[in-house]
Amino acid sequence: MSATVIQVENLRTHFHTRQGVVRAVEDVSFSVAPGKIMGLVGESGSGKSVTGYSIMGLVDPPGRIVGGRILMHGRDLRTLPSGEMRKIRGKHIAMIFQDPMMTLNPVLRIDTQMIEAILAHQSVDRRVARDRAREALAQVGIPSPDERLRAYPHQFSGGMRQRVAIAIALLNRPELIIADEPTTALDVTIQGQILYQMQKLRRESGTALIWITHDLAVVSGLADDVCVMYAGRIVERGGVDAVLDTPLHPYTRGLIESVPSRSARGGPLPQIPGIAPSLLALPAGCSFRERCARADADCTAEPALQGAGDDRQVRCFHPHREPLATP
Amino acid sequence: MPVTIIRRLLQSLLVLFVMSLLVFAGVYAIGNPVDILVSPQADQAEIARATAALGLDRPLAAQYWVFLRQAAAGDLGRSFAFNVPAIQLILERMPATLELAIAAMLIAVVLGIPLGLWAGLAPDSIAGRTIMTGSILGFSLPTFWVGLMLIMVFSVWLGWLPSSGRGPTLELLGVPVSFLSREGLAHLLLPAANLALFKLALVIRLTRAGTREALLQDYVRYARAKGLSETRVVGVHVLKNILIPVVTVVGLEFGSLIAFAVVTESVFSWPGMGKLLIESINMLDRPVIVAYLCIVVTLFTVINLAVDLAYSLLDPRVRLSDAAT
Amino acid sequence: MTREQAPLHPFRRIASDFAESRIALAGLALLGLIMAVALLAPLISPQNPYDLAQLDILDSRLPPLAQSDGGKTYWLGTDDQGRDMLSGIFYGLRISVAVGVASTLAALAIGLGFGLLAAYFGGWVDTLVMRIVDIQLSFPSILIALILLALLGQGLDKIIVALVAVQWAYYARTVRGAALVERRKEYMEAAAGLALSHARIVFRHLLPNCLPPLIVVATVQVAAAIALEATLSFLGLGLPITEPSLGLLIANGYTYMLSGKYWISFYPGVALLATIVSINLVADQLRDVLNPRLQK
Repeated sequence: MSATVIQVENLRTHFHTRQGVVRAVEDVSFSVAPGKIMGLVGESGSGKSVTGYSIMGLVDPPGRIVGGRILMHGRDLRTLPSGEMRKIRGKHIAMIFQDPMMTLNPVLRIDTQMIEAILAHQSVDRRVARDRAREALAQVGIPSPDERLRAYPHQFSGGMRQRVAIAIALLNRPELIIADEPTTALDVTIQGQILYQMQKLRRESGTALIWITHDLAVVSGLADDVCVMYAGRIVERGGVDAVLDTPLHPYTRGLIESVPSRSARGGPLPQIPGIAPSLLALPAGCSFRERCARADADCTAEPALQGAGDDRQVRCFHPHREPLATP
Repeated sequence: MPVTIIRRLLQSLLVLFVMSLLVFAGVYAIGNPVDILVSPQADQAEIARATAALGLDRPLAAQYWVFLRQAAAGDLGRSFAFNVPAIQLILERMPATLELAIAAMLIAVVLGIPLGLWAGLAPDSIAGRTIMTGSILGFSLPTFWVGLMLIMVFSVWLGWLPSSGRGPTLELLGVPVSFLSREGLAHLLLPAANLALFKLALVIRLTRAGTREALLQDYVRYARAKGLSETRVVGVHVLKNILIPVVTVVGLEFGSLIAFAVVTESVFSWPGMGKLLIESINMLDRPVIVAYLCIVVTLFTVINLAVDLAYSLLDPRVRLSDAAT
Repeated sequence: MTREQAPLHPFRRIASDFAESRIALAGLALLGLIMAVALLAPLISPQNPYDLAQLDILDSRLPPLAQSDGGKTYWLGTDDQGRDMLSGIFYGLRISVAVGVASTLAALAIGLGFGLLAAYFGGWVDTLVMRIVDIQLSFPSILIALILLALLGQGLDKIIVALVAVQWAYYARTVRGAALVERRKEYMEAAAGLALSHARIVFRHLLPNCLPPLIVVATVQVAAAIALEATLSFLGLGLPITEPSLGLLIANGYTYMLSGKYWISFYPGVALLATIVSINLVADQLRDVLNPRLQK
């Protein structure tokens, strides 16, 4: 039994467009242990979704993985022929997308879409597959699963559809689930229910989870470890409590501080000035340089990811040292 | 769904009603109805008798009512040339035209959807580009000229297929059909291919556009994420989505196939309604023209209604939206 | 970002965008050639095929490149009356193109009028016009043309009437669609208090912005009109024998095909084909070039 379910090393995914090369994912490395939840945090354009697609081998042209390794059970997924990779998708690694209305095929029934996910990896009797589908729906808390199986996606509410997507992800008992912003499109209350489901399922099934989001609050309640991404690179890594208590990278700190909280009422809301750089025209050196209050001449060189205490890493020349001021 | 059925039905009836008014106006009010309904060779006495018999000395509204009643009963006048009820002539020829139209539609769909799918999946390949160029040619070439060329190549030069006529027919449920016999099929092939060409180009273009659009959708990526084989992704997920608009258009175009059969039937001397129409126009056999018009308009309206219903059956979002869950 | 209203400035851009496709340029060149032939037919034909004095019945049905007694070469052969096919094709092109263009222009004018009316006045005018347009467009063009010709009889003017009747609805619908988009924009300006007359608003504001889609539709429709006229003439319902278009020439040769004298139908067919295909190629490229959504 390996110590990690998945190990990403120096992943680079570039998009060769007419306007130039978009370095969507640059030198990304992390690993996830069995049964652990890792939060992959960043704003839009930070490369977090593309990282998820790269692991699944679903990067659409003009994008391509141009470097690095993705190790699962000792095998580099990049070197697998497409037939082998297809067997891994949906069985060893499953993915949940952001908007289930668009990801579930609107003209096919739910049971069709669930049964085909099972039959793609195992030849079992259709009735057996159907039973497993029904169980999976019940497991995620969908009432009257028999009726629901015969329904179409548009007959479900947003939260229910996402639960169906989770059920589908769990059908073949994968070792890893990659969830790409699964609650972004949902109401806060529904979001809470989904999070609860995920925690329950993690406890019951021991599946590892990579949770891609821009929302730190979700990560704080759910994840064990967190990776913060900015402009295609990981800028900070560590256990979630440690990172949220003492964020080392100015960007991480800025993110946390810019979330409104009741205890900081009345005071001005801190913001990170400026906007994220276009991935076509990254500034030389540290890509956060132009928005960072701590930047100086050193930052025109590119910082590398460095260890910063037990099991933490940060990519910065001038990381913070002190914990966040507790309100 | 019953609500939509009733609404469509009422709309169709309205169109039929308007068309009957137009036909009536064209025949009775604008032209001299005597000219149209009485043989050009009639003498004065006959004209006078016909005028009285047709009630042409009565007010227009009454005439319209008579026209409607007779039409509903199936009486649309007698053919001058053949001296049988016009309706009977047309109904005799209808199976031939329908068979031709159905065969052409089958060719267009069975060939067009796979070719369009191929062109959509690999748009920049040689095959993809050839298919698209071919489709442009397909709807640029005038149907009648293609028919002539087909005859020239396959009948005159190669001698493989007959150049005209329907050949021997067999009875299927009381209706004479050609496709059941080998010789009948040989006669059917060229005209059906000719008629199909335009629609084939249309189906290819539609399918290709639909495929390219569908491939960009999230559900395709999601299906791949589940580990489904590419065959299933394209053959089930993509296909089912593009089938709906394609089938709808194809259904609606079926009516125009019946109309364009006029040309193909003339080129290949296929004994259908269309050829009858041309002959009647040339012979000034006006009752037959009127009868053709009425029947074809009714046919169109029925087809449109059927396609509307089929569409609501095929697309689950439409079908189930009335019955709120 | 506002668009320039003056139609001349973008012309250069349109021309250069158009030239990006070599196929479209080839189509344009071919089209130019055909137009030139159509215009100059009486000057460049070796023979006037309608001058009976010039015909020799003994020369009938000769294959291409045959020689006449007087030493003339019949480049594309002769038909059953001894007419030189090449001359017949030149004159036929002339008539086919003329009828196609004339009917398109007339249909354009009528459709434009109705479309602008419907878009500008809205309300029941709009509903009425568009209902009629919808019903007409749901019927195949050939059927409408056939019935009209059955009622009206044969003749050049009657064919043009039939072609116009078949086409006007496309223009009306296109213009109305484009005008509605514009009207929503202009409405604000008009409401701001300029008391311009209806005519001024329509001609100065609505019209220029409807032109791009109209040009594309018109180009395609010319090809469709030429094809329809050829079909109708082939069926014997179109132009009379005194003004033979390409369709009639093809019809004449129909019976001779079975005995192998293909050239009487084949070459007029090729001429017809070249015309339609070149127009369609140009129209395809025009559509891409004039599509505002594809502009950078």
